[in-house]
Amino acid sequence: MNIKLLKLLAKDARTSHADLATMLGISVDEAERQIAELEREGLIRGYKAVIDWERLDSAYVSAIIELKVTPKAGLGFEDVAAQIMNYPEVESVYLMSGTYDLNVIVKGKTFQEVAKFVAKELATIESVTSTATHFVLRRYKELDVKLLGTDRDERGSYLL
Amino acid sequence: MIDYKKILSPTVQSIQPSGIRKYFDIAESMEDVISLGVGEPDFPTPWEIRKAGILSLESGKTRYTSNWGMEQLRLEISRYMSRKYALSYDAKSDILVTVGGSEAIDACIRAITAPGDEIIIPQPSYVCYEPIVSLAGGSPVIIETKAEHDFKLTPEQLRAAITPRTKALILPYPCNPTGAVMDRSDLEAIAAVLRDTDILVVSDEIYAELTFGASSHVSIASIDGMKERTVVINGFSKTFSMTGWRLGFACGPAPIIKQITKIHQYAIMCAPTTSQYAAIEALKNGDEAVKRMLEEYDMRRRLIVKGFNDLGLCCREPRGAFYAFPCITSTGLTSDEFCERLLYAERVAVVPGTAFGQGGEGFIRASYCYSTQHIKEALARIQRFLNTLKA
Repeated sequence: MNIKLLKLLAKDARTSHADLATMLGISVDEAERQIAELEREGLIRGYKAVIDWERLDSAYVSAIIELKVTPKAGLGFEDVAAQIMNYPEVESVYLMSGTYDLNVIVKGKTFQEVAKFVAKELATIESVTSTATHFVLRRYKELDVKLLGTDRDERGSYLL
Repeated sequence: MIDYKKILSPTVQSIQPSGIRKYFDIAESMEDVISLGVGEPDFPTPWEIRKAGILSLESGKTRYTSNWGMEQLRLEISRYMSRKYALSYDAKSDILVTVGGSEAIDACIRAITAPGDEIIIPQPSYVCYEPIVSLAGGSPVIIETKAEHDFKLTPEQLRAAITPRTKALILPYPCNPTGAVMDRSDLEAIAAVLRDTDILVVSDEIYAELTFGASSHVSIASIDGMKERTVVINGFSKTFSMTGWRLGFACGPAPIIKQITKIHQYAIMCAPTTSQYAAIEALKNGDEAVKRMLEEYDMRRRLIVKGFNDLGLCCREPRGAFYAFPCITSTGLTSDEFCERLLYAERVAVVPGTAFGQGGEGFIRASYCYSTQHIKEALARIQRFLNTLKA
């Protein structure tokens, strides 16, 4: 499997197949074949833009919800997670070590909307014993991309 | 009015300031310039190395070290030279830690040069050799390496340049700006010319770890009979992305290192202490970080070389350092014209090959110490520029 290819795509999914091939020293056909295989195998799950939603005028809030879950007979963490991740409001779901079990990131238009979703949809799931909602106030870095400021190249060309 | 011209040394006044300064002055006055000009890594120093420097400061290690450099560092350098290049240097007598490779070159040239001595310098090469030789009272003897020889120094060229006054050969490989590398067989041929002479080799191997492809760097000092007539210059700037730390070293025969150390002792005292602590960490545990950076450089290298060739600017594969050196004669412009017009027309800063000696005419140097997006953007602009030339 081509880890270098994955790293390049993780850094910039829009890198052309021709450039990927050049950088990896393989043919374009080979690069395309490998990408198709990675997609087929489910190693590559999707390609998305990293967007600074807060810069839009339209409202956008997100929250990290800590869920404590008591698995019941025949209903483990995975089943609860499977149920939660079907909601379009849910951006990500992680099983956690430590003091709580599921970390759910929820997005919505307003604080009320997110709070309502937690109260009505998440808190009412039978295995969920408690929720703690943390609203995100500001995003500084998202998926390796800095949303704050720009990196200036401070290198001079003083000599060679 | 005081006449400064009378005060200043004629030798110093006769030295030309670096030829590329002009472009960067122009570039700095312009908005939205995209540069392929710099000769230093874009990666910050790997964190563990920085941490070692910080830790030394926190522990109050803020005093002078031995003139030679810390013993522990010299020991690590000795191990490094043995591990990487199969060279055995005694940490006590054969190694001097300097303020960057530059100081090592300067002190070494000064230590060997008597007035009128000839020092052979292959060009195109790094800009400092000629002025350093002149300042030391020596006479630079330039050999122009050729594109058709992949900018390698040939034994024929060397033999033709040697006179009874020849004191030393500066051997700058892997080469800035050409990216040329001397393979073992190339070095064997050079060694055959020098082996029975009293000519010293000053081998500037600052880019030794930045070589690409299957074969790793070979030091001329590791060729039979050459260690006793070679001073190897290396350092931390390029390999470990430590340019600002200013740390390098010279390894060579004890009688020569001893004399170089006198110059270093009186001019510098010792290399920066913080940097020495960081350097110990770099040599002990830096290999993984270097490998990661090298892989990144290699991908950029392929991208930029193919980019230039696709644009019709013939670019041979640079096997070392981090520069592409494409030929621009197909444009009908001189290197100087090309760079100036490219800068004004498309706001891309590259360096004319002539900045590295007259033999660089017809070429430009493009550094690939930049992100792939940056390189792609620069190439796209150069494409636009070439299109306007054809129109």
